[in-house]
Amino acid sequence: MNAYKQIIIDGLWKNNPGIVQLLGLCPLLAVSNTVVNALGLGLATILTLVASNGLISLLRNQIPDEARLPVFVMIIASIVTIIELSMNAWFHELYLILGIFIPLIVTNCSIIGRAEAFAARNSVGPALLDGLMMGLGFTAVLIVLGGMRELIGQGTLFSQAHLMFGEAARGFSITVIEDYRGFLMALLPPGAFIGLGLIVALKNVIDSRLARREPKVAVVEAETVAG
Amino acid sequence: MMDLQKHILRVGLLLGLFAIVATTLVALTETSTREQIKENEREALLSGINALIPHEQYDNEILQDTILLDATEELATEGPTTVYRARKQGENVAVVLTAVAPNGYSGQIKMLVGIYADGTLAGVRVINHKETPGLGDKIDEKKADWIFQFEGLSLTKPASAKWKVQKDGGEFDQFTGATITPRAVVGAVKRALEYFRSHGDELFAVTEEES
Repeated sequence: MNAYKQIIIDGLWKNNPGIVQLLGLCPLLAVSNTVVNALGLGLATILTLVASNGLISLLRNQIPDEARLPVFVMIIASIVTIIELSMNAWFHELYLILGIFIPLIVTNCSIIGRAEAFAARNSVGPALLDGLMMGLGFTAVLIVLGGMRELIGQGTLFSQAHLMFGEAARGFSITVIEDYRGFLMALLPPGAFIGLGLIVALKNVIDSRLARREPKVAVVEAETVAG
Repeated sequence: MMDLQKHILRVGLLLGLFAIVATTLVALTETSTREQIKENEREALLSGINALIPHEQYDNEILQDTILLDATEELATEGPTTVYRARKQGENVAVVLTAVAPNGYSGQIKMLVGIYADGTLAGVRVINHKETPGLGDKIDEKKADWIFQFEGLSLTKPASAKWKVQKDGGEFDQFTGATITPRAVVGAVKRALEYFRSHGDELFAVTEEES
């Protein structure tokens, strides 16, 4: 049970692929200009991560150790291609929205990173959970960064939600700042780098605050054990 | 020594086996989805055309009644593009052609332009662009209504000299913070209309192969 808890904490916070491992920066920086885009890429990444982690863990005893990297690359590339083709054929509406994000996932090295670091060494259950949590952690960073850039860049949140959730979602869009003139840099690539830097800094601040509180707890625990 | 060779052979064979299985799976998926994807794309194209020219206005197989137009300077196209012709009971109704605005803020803006036989615009849709999100991308029908204003216009409405954005003394709105993008689109639509005025008959002509 504790191992599962560790996987969840690692994926979402301690070893977050977006702000700790700093993997998958190419899609992360490119597609985080609005919350809706961020959500689209996030969902597509979660799907791929869970599928590739599961499959690689399932095959881990068959994959020869010396040739594991080419095998991982092959498996991931095949999964991405199969997902893209199937979505295009059977979920065309969804494909029109998420389709552009799927080829981008191939450039996300956190997927092969998880295959190598986790899925190849663990059984299927934990590997699936790790994929899900890493994916969720990545998505969370995407959404926070997307929200920051959209808010500062054009003064809205969830604009164009109807592209993803259908016409009913047209009302989701919130204009936070009326008559906002826009701040173009937030929407352009520099905004992505600066925004990510701020999020990483914020995480470090929170962590060091927590760490300062922690030793006391540890001491207390040690005393109880000793007592 | 023998053992090492055996081992290398085993790893190589396994790698090959994985490659074969992976390729087979991808190939199988490709074959089983090919027809469906083609059908989806056909439907998407048809609904794109129908958004410009309502389906009641024509009765021909518009996706088959096409000509291939070579790269055309007036339309700024760089390769062959397909022109779709709408007819009703043999009468020419409209054409849908591809026009490019080469001078967008970041590269080309590709558009479908529907023009009725009398030279009025059925409508314009941007199909591909890289304009700045939140500023220039308002030319996209999904993001704003701006592109719909072209419906019903022609080279005489507004007058030819007024086919410009307001900043240049014309009739068309620019967006806050983005003048280059609408300027490029207005210019390209005007050029498409001019091209149709001088080449309309050729665009409607029935080619030998089709009859």
